Amino acid sequence: MMRNPKDLTRYDAQERANHWLVGICFILLALSGLAFFHPAFYPLTQLFGGGVWARILHPYLGVLMALAFLVMFFRFKSLNAMTPADKEWLSRVGEMMDGNDHNMPEQGKYNGGQKMMFWAMALSMLLLFVSGIFLWRAYFSLPVDVVRLGAVVHSAIAAIMIAMIFVHVYAALWVRGTVRAMVYGTVTRAWAKQHHRAWYRQVTGKS
Amino acid sequence: MALQSLDIARRSATTTPAPGVRQTTEVAKLIDVSTCIGCKACQSACMEWNDIRDEVGSCSGVYDNPVDLTAKSWTVMRFAEVEEKGKLEWLIRKDGCMHCADPGCLKACPAPGAIIQYANGIVDFHQENCIGCGYCITGCPFNIPRISEADNKAYKCSLCSDRVAVGQAPACAKACPTGAIQFGSKEQMKDYAAKRVVDLKSRGYEKAGLYDPAGVGGTHVMYVLHHADRPELYKGLPNDPSISPLVALWKGFAKPLASVAMAAVALGSLFHYVMKGPNEVSKELEDELEKEDAK
Repeated sequence: MMRNPKDLTRYDAQERANHWLVGICFILLALSGLAFFHPAFYPLTQLFGGGVWARILHPYLGVLMALAFLVMFFRFKSLNAMTPADKEWLSRVGEMMDGNDHNMPEQGKYNGGQKMMFWAMALSMLLLFVSGIFLWRAYFSLPVDVVRLGAVVHSAIAAIMIAMIFVHVYAALWVRGTVRAMVYGTVTRAWAKQHHRAWYRQVTGKS
Repeated sequence: MALQSLDIARRSATTTPAPGVRQTTEVAKLIDVSTCIGCKACQSACMEWNDIRDEVGSCSGVYDNPVDLTAKSWTVMRFAEVEEKGKLEWLIRKDGCMHCADPGCLKACPAPGAIIQYANGIVDFHQENCIGCGYCITGCPFNIPRISEADNKAYKCSLCSDRVAVGQAPACAKACPTGAIQFGSKEQMKDYAAKRVVDLKSRGYEKAGLYDPAGVGGTHVMYVLHHADRPELYKGLPNDPSISPLVALWKGFAKPLASVAMAAVALGSLFHYVMKGPNEVSKELEDELEKEDAK
């Protein structure tokens, strides 16, 4: 049910479900993966039923996330093509961070930062998937130097990805009225007009 | 399972000191390749003492049997036929864990207490803590640990840590009929090796020497080699082994660096929120739209 019938639909049910499938997989993968990375995080394996279960489940969750992300990638790929306005926006991201976004260049459904995040995540997913295969000893047995390289790539990209997800989640929390887009699909018109004016014009036909 | 719980030098995935009040003498096994006859009594003794029987395999056409180390065969004889100065040399090397002073397996292991290094130098796997990830294989410069297909735990030679703990020599050393496997303090073994090297040199093996590679901090299983300048002749014994730089990076400074970086981003976000406040939809815009609706 809509809070206000004039609210704008930003994500349909399938898009939301797809996003949350990726999100849940990511959280579980980060928790189990960190446990193998640094002893300080090893107690996180208890969430999965112990170290052995964490080791068994992690790669399957990874495959599930990769597949779910692939679907999401094709869903949102064309919406994330970079434009000159995005580059302008990115060059002035400091103003945005400072909390004064009223003079920022007009943005479509996604701003330059969101688009950068999309492509960075797509690349990270690919690297994590391939390097993860190298490390999956239950099914793959590759030359040890390949496995070693895979281990370095997998942990480095995972750490970067976790940091990126912090930024992704924080951005959604910081910009008030955003989280609801991924929870029940709608945003207010004022939200859209303020943050994504070109998209607002496109969906409402107003100026 | 730890029999010597007071003399632990290092424990995998543990950042605080392990119980180490008891100091014990550094031990070593010395394998004198030049007096080995390839009888495999050591392999049999290993099976018998550890009470593990590998599946009976098939003959691959050479003496190597089993062909490789497995979760159930912790030591194997490797036979190399090499031509030196126009003569055939049959080089036989007993392969197994080298018990490095700086063990790559222990460095890579993510499971606390799955790999233990005792003060006497023995590197031991405690399978009840093993999660079966295989990182020990990734970390090992000698390609020694094997994951069991039955229970997904990693296994390798324990240097008979249970026997050594009660003052006995490892089963293989006890069984060797020619004295090619010696066991004692590391110092004693080095002295013994020095004598063997002098003897070998007097017999024309000018490059005879001790294999105790410094790249891994020395090992607690050492070889006397007739061709110490070319260890790779002995079925690929690594020349100057060390923990791979990739493993050192992965399980070295990347760990604190990445942890701090992730924490910094999380904390940075929190402080940004606290200092800059939320990015709210402006009241002005909301009023403007409400007015439009009212028309």
